[in-house]
Amino acid sequence: MNMRKQAPGILFILPSFLGVFIFVLLPFLDVVRRSFTETFSGKFIGLKNYADIFHNTAFRLAAFNTLRFLGLCIPLLLLLSLFLALLLHRKGTRGQGIKSIFLLPMAIPVASVVLLWKIFFQSQGLINGMLHLLGISQVNWMNTKAAFWVLVISYIWRNLGYDVVLWTAGLASIPETLYEAAKVDGAGSWQCFWKITVPNLLPSVFTIVVLSVLNAFKVFREAYLVAGDYPHESMYLLQHLFNNWYRDLSVDKMAAAAVVNSVIIFILILFLKRIWDTKEE
Amino acid sequence: MKKKRVSAVTGSILGFLAFLTVLPAALLFIGSFTGDGELGEMLRPVLQEGQEGFVQWRLVPLYPTLKQYVELLVDSPSFFTMFWNSVKLTGAIIIGQLLVGVPAAWGFSQYRFWGKRVLFLMYVALMMMPFQVLMLSDYLLLDYLNLLDTHLGLILPAVFSTFPVFIMYRFFTGIPKALIEAARLDGAGHLEIFFKIALPLGSPGILSAVVLGFLEYWNFIEQPMAFLKTKSLWPFSLFLPQIGFDNAGLAFAASVVVMIPALFVFAAGQNYLEQGIVSMGIKE
Repeated sequence: MNMRKQAPGILFILPSFLGVFIFVLLPFLDVVRRSFTETFSGKFIGLKNYADIFHNTAFRLAAFNTLRFLGLCIPLLLLLSLFLALLLHRKGTRGQGIKSIFLLPMAIPVASVVLLWKIFFQSQGLINGMLHLLGISQVNWMNTKAAFWVLVISYIWRNLGYDVVLWTAGLASIPETLYEAAKVDGAGSWQCFWKITVPNLLPSVFTIVVLSVLNAFKVFREAYLVAGDYPHESMYLLQHLFNNWYRDLSVDKMAAAAVVNSVIIFILILFLKRIWDTKEE
Repeated sequence: MKKKRVSAVTGSILGFLAFLTVLPAALLFIGSFTGDGELGEMLRPVLQEGQEGFVQWRLVPLYPTLKQYVELLVDSPSFFTMFWNSVKLTGAIIIGQLLVGVPAAWGFSQYRFWGKRVLFLMYVALMMMPFQVLMLSDYLLLDYLNLLDTHLGLILPAVFSTFPVFIMYRFFTGIPKALIEAARLDGAGHLEIFFKIALPLGSPGILSAVVLGFLEYWNFIEQPMAFLKTKSLWPFSLFLPQIGFDNAGLAFAASVVVMIPALFVFAAGQNYLEQGIVSMGIKE
């Protein structure tokens, strides 16, 4: 391709790219540089910062919790929303109103959720009250391992509707004729699901997973506003740790952990992109 | 027969889930019309240590009142300032994001140029980084630019978030290639195609980026917390969690007031969110 042909595309992207370069990419390159140097002297120290964070118990705890949260929530959300999308898709236009209901939590300000969390999940809150009525023993939600599940519930509550919408779009793009042809050939609904629906939804998976992971990092807001800098250790996420290191000016550790974090995100994207590309052809 | 039973089961599953989903918002509404005395009574088990029993909740307050709203809207000038700060921040960021993001998304979706695939993957990766990963370098950069503790220091980095580009890109790729090809054969230039085809046909994508952007920056918490010291510059999202339980009624009313613009934008834009994504789906 010659320069003249490439110019219009580049010009469209240039303003965005310049800003991204200054406000996102340069800071990121600076983080990478700092991850290999000592904070105060600025001396190059190789991989020492990386070795430090992997021996750091707080980092291990936070990384473990974050991975556990992502590993659990994302499949759970994807399956639940796919299930709902299939139900609503069959209902046709009647499903529309219900879809709006599931989208509603997106619009509720995070700051208000804090108040609600307390009313629902405190040891004498609404949920324990209901458990009490049912004769089930109460759970100390915020100060035991149950805190992790509070995080899971609030993530699914907020994001279920959006994922349903994304799946529904994927479902709507599958031509009805495919199903009709399969029915003529005597395929059952289960076979139709595995042979037609699943393969045709694969291209949507990239977008849905990317957006779900992005939203998963946002539960930190709720967790932080409810439980502060040091919540119960089962919901101590990488973001809590970064926040605390930021306050302590632990620049070296922060930089190394940020790079590790980004590398993992990048590997995830390349992996998803693989699935996407092979399916698109 | 069997079909009817199945739809009754799915109907009740959907109904139950929908009930659980709406419940929290309903509590906020009900709470905002409940007087302090009654709220104190209902919430006592979480207000004071060592109380017996559990939080109670009435579906309709015994003594409905607008007192909380009057107190909030008349006697809390700081709430106004912060509400206004949120409006300013959200508005400025969204306008900025559209100005640089729409052309970029169009460029990525229609043109071929060297390094495009790598650059786009980089945009996706940067969009997924939690704020905390770049918090420190952002701080140093804003310090260098003398933008710490200013609204501009929050707006500029947010304008160049790669998220809206990603959202709009997906919609733009759904515009039929044949249409653009036809316009080109008719002699339309790059800008003409952008304004006459991309903007109108891609508008669902642009609007869904606006809705998602609004919800994001209406909930702006981490960046202002890290970069704003002056309290009068805060958005309400930092102020609201600070209203304690002893002022629960006020907190409920404030929650409802800030929820209303969000619901409004949402109700107006939700259809584009769905319609747009569906029309995008056609390309596959």
